[in-house]
Amino acid sequence: MNELLRRLLNLPEQASQHARDVDGLHYFVVLVTMGAGIAIFTTAFWFMVRYRRRSQDEKTPEVQPRHWHEALFVGVPLAVFLLWFAIGFGQYVDLSQPPPGAMDVFVQGKKWMWKFAYPGGPSSLDVLRVPAGRPVRLLITSRDVIHSFFVPGLRVKQDALPGRYTQTWFNADQPGRYQIFCAEYCGLSHSGMLGELVVMPPADFDAWLAEQRRGAALAQDAAATPGEPLMLGSSILEQGRVVAAQQGCLKCHSVDGSRHIGPTFLDLYRRQEKLSTGELVPADEAYLTRSMMDPAAQVVAGYQNVMPSFQGRMTPPEVAAVLEYLKSLKTPAVQAGPSEGPVYESTPSK
Amino acid sequence: MSPRPASSAPVFAERNYLNTPATGLRSWLTTRDHKRIGVMFLVAALIAFAIGGFFALLIRLELLTPGPTIMDAMSYNRIFTLHGVVMIFLFMIPAIPSGFGNFLVPIMVGAKDVAFPRLNLLSFYLYLLGAVIALAGMVYGGADTGWTFYTPYSTTTPTKVVPILLGAFILGFSSILTGLNFIVTTHTLRAPGITWNKLPLFVWSIYATSVIQILATPVLGMTLLLVAIEHAFGWGIFDPARGGDPVLFQHFFWFYSHPAVYIMILPAMAVMSEVVCAFSRKNIFGYKAVAYSSLGIAFVGFFTWGHHLFTSGQSPYNAGVFGVLSMFVGIFTAIKVFNWVATMYRGSISFTTPFIYFVGFLFFLFFGGMTGVALATVSLDIHWQDTYFVVAHFHFIMVGSTMMAFLAALHYWWPKITGRMYNERWGLVAAVFVILGFVFTFLPQFLLGNEGMPRRYYSYPERYWALNVASTAGASVLALGFMIVLAYILVALKHGAVAGADPWGSRGYEWLTASPPPLENFDELPAFERGPHEYHDLPAASPQAPPGAARGASHG
Repeated sequence: MNELLRRLLNLPEQASQHARDVDGLHYFVVLVTMGAGIAIFTTAFWFMVRYRRRSQDEKTPEVQPRHWHEALFVGVPLAVFLLWFAIGFGQYVDLSQPPPGAMDVFVQGKKWMWKFAYPGGPSSLDVLRVPAGRPVRLLITSRDVIHSFFVPGLRVKQDALPGRYTQTWFNADQPGRYQIFCAEYCGLSHSGMLGELVVMPPADFDAWLAEQRRGAALAQDAAATPGEPLMLGSSILEQGRVVAAQQGCLKCHSVDGSRHIGPTFLDLYRRQEKLSTGELVPADEAYLTRSMMDPAAQVVAGYQNVMPSFQGRMTPPEVAAVLEYLKSLKTPAVQAGPSEGPVYESTPSK
Repeated sequence: MSPRPASSAPVFAERNYLNTPATGLRSWLTTRDHKRIGVMFLVAALIAFAIGGFFALLIRLELLTPGPTIMDAMSYNRIFTLHGVVMIFLFMIPAIPSGFGNFLVPIMVGAKDVAFPRLNLLSFYLYLLGAVIALAGMVYGGADTGWTFYTPYSTTTPTKVVPILLGAFILGFSSILTGLNFIVTTHTLRAPGITWNKLPLFVWSIYATSVIQILATPVLGMTLLLVAIEHAFGWGIFDPARGGDPVLFQHFFWFYSHPAVYIMILPAMAVMSEVVCAFSRKNIFGYKAVAYSSLGIAFVGFFTWGHHLFTSGQSPYNAGVFGVLSMFVGIFTAIKVFNWVATMYRGSISFTTPFIYFVGFLFFLFFGGMTGVALATVSLDIHWQDTYFVVAHFHFIMVGSTMMAFLAALHYWWPKITGRMYNERWGLVAAVFVILGFVFTFLPQFLLGNEGMPRRYYSYPERYWALNVASTAGASVLALGFMIVLAYILVALKHGAVAGADPWGSRGYEWLTASPPPLENFDELPAFERGPHEYHDLPAASPQAPPGAARGASHG
């Protein structure tokens, strides 16, 4: 029954008991609504047919309601609505009270990505890993405008407000991958502010978290982007790419030449960039560094100034590594002869 | 298509407001006649509707494929903002109250004009000024905030948000002046014989609307001004980076904008209370219940705004209070729906275009209203908030119900306003297109919302593709329906059959005067002995038989 109604109503998979409870209320509301609709419209259509005008000089009687009519018109819907409300409000209150002992994850929304930080240090971009069957409390905030953290599979949504923390919680019991959306309009790439909730078997999660805490798996969030013409082999390049991925540079800047929220990184180094002021500047080390620290100073023509400052968020060696990485992004020379398979290793092995 | 009985030739009133005192453009632009001002509002609102509708089609076209289709993300964000701003501030809010309300309220209370005719004209010019400023802002840059202008996005966006805010600010004054005029007119200018309990239901609902307009609109004005100030001068009011509070904006904004929803739906209910009586030829079932429930909606509507903030982190106590109060809007609406249906009982129902729109209205209001109640059921809202479910819900109310009412009003009062009939057959054809097109546009959006697709998304995951295609296809049918309406009403302006004073056999007071009405509304003021919805004493053959064009369709 649940499965049938869920599919009929096009609801996503249910990843938690809360989702199943909310869907239960959903079915109740829909079934009552449909029942009431059928009753009202059958009556209305019956009246329309039965009392259609048969001649131009038809007379009609005066029919006025009695008190019990009005009492019925008010009482029945009021009772139904209040019942729905009582159930729904109970679920809402439940959602606003995380159980003691829930694991905390700090969620930070910013244009246009999600950052998840776990107690003890590890953090990840856009991928939230949680253990199945254990309650998780999310402490949510935003760095810029209002975002809204939304997981349809959990039937949970909570606004991320700049300057304050909001909270919600869930207990996902079905291992799997679920979509995370930003549900509050936040500008140019609002619809690209996607993330993924990965519900892992508890043992796997514990192992993953331990590994993260050892700092051994930086590469998790630095998978190579398809089409990236990068020759590995230099450790500083590798480090620069990891930093660029972790800082979220690659969310807005492509490495394959395609236009995105910001200019592409491909062939950026020493390119002549036309600024919004009309001035032409070479994208040398000085320009690139300044653009990271004070993005508003020299904006490339045709792009919006939406980039946050990275002042204080990267150490000088990291900045240098990113610069080296940018410099390495060159369109590869066309090679003659048949390809011999992958020319670079796609992902550093785990 | 004109089996008109030759015997009772209806008369086109020769001296009417359209040619008295003059017909020139100047006489229109300087008029203080409420009927002309009403007509000018209607024309302006229809132009705004065409612009807003064009944007709607662009939105639906863009969403035809999951990725970029016809525009980039920035253009899309601007266009959905403009769609909302134009449709709400330039069409929905003024169309029925300022358009039909201006034309009808004074006639329905037996007055010669509104209480303050000069303010009335000022209201129209403020509307124009606000519209021009907003549209200029749209041409020179546009804004990308959505019509809700949520801070701090709206105060930090580099787009030109200030002209649009100022435009909406000025439009607010237009709305306030119109509301003020109606309230004073209803209180002071009722003709002898028209007691409060003999007031047409249309006037009751417009009255309730006016109360909301003058109480809530100032709050919107102040709020938009604060946003404009923060955007222009960087004062920290709503942006936490400058010490402000972003949620405060949401409270301010919805304190107006939720009642504003009732500014949009109450006039629709006003129209339908008239239409259901006229075309069922039947006394309204429960006059007082229908009349007072409008006031109930206006009153309770002020205490429900927090149901827009269930996900904003407000306390559960707030959510509980706002949720329960929201249910009462549903109760008042349910009273009306039951009474309208009961009005048809033992009536004499004529299936003309306005009545078909009434049926559509009833359908959309029921499902739009019930989904509204479902959204007030707090935990369900958490899933639906800011998804296409909400989009579908409020389009069912605003487009479904209010647009059906607007079209019903347009057809029902067209003979009164222009003195001529539209083509009934085309009217029915268009009504079918509009209603079906509407269903196919917005029904898929409920399912999209259930599946979790957020609103204001320029691109979307591929699993939402099929339903988006269905929605876009429906929108094309809807647009076609509107074009048919536009075509035949323009033809009817010149070539429509002469309507006569009361082509529908309606007992509403406005049908007691000639069509089009004379400048002073009534050549000789009627006694107003019976109520405006009394049909039970209908004489066997009404002295002015209605033209057959309006009836032929129901008999096949």
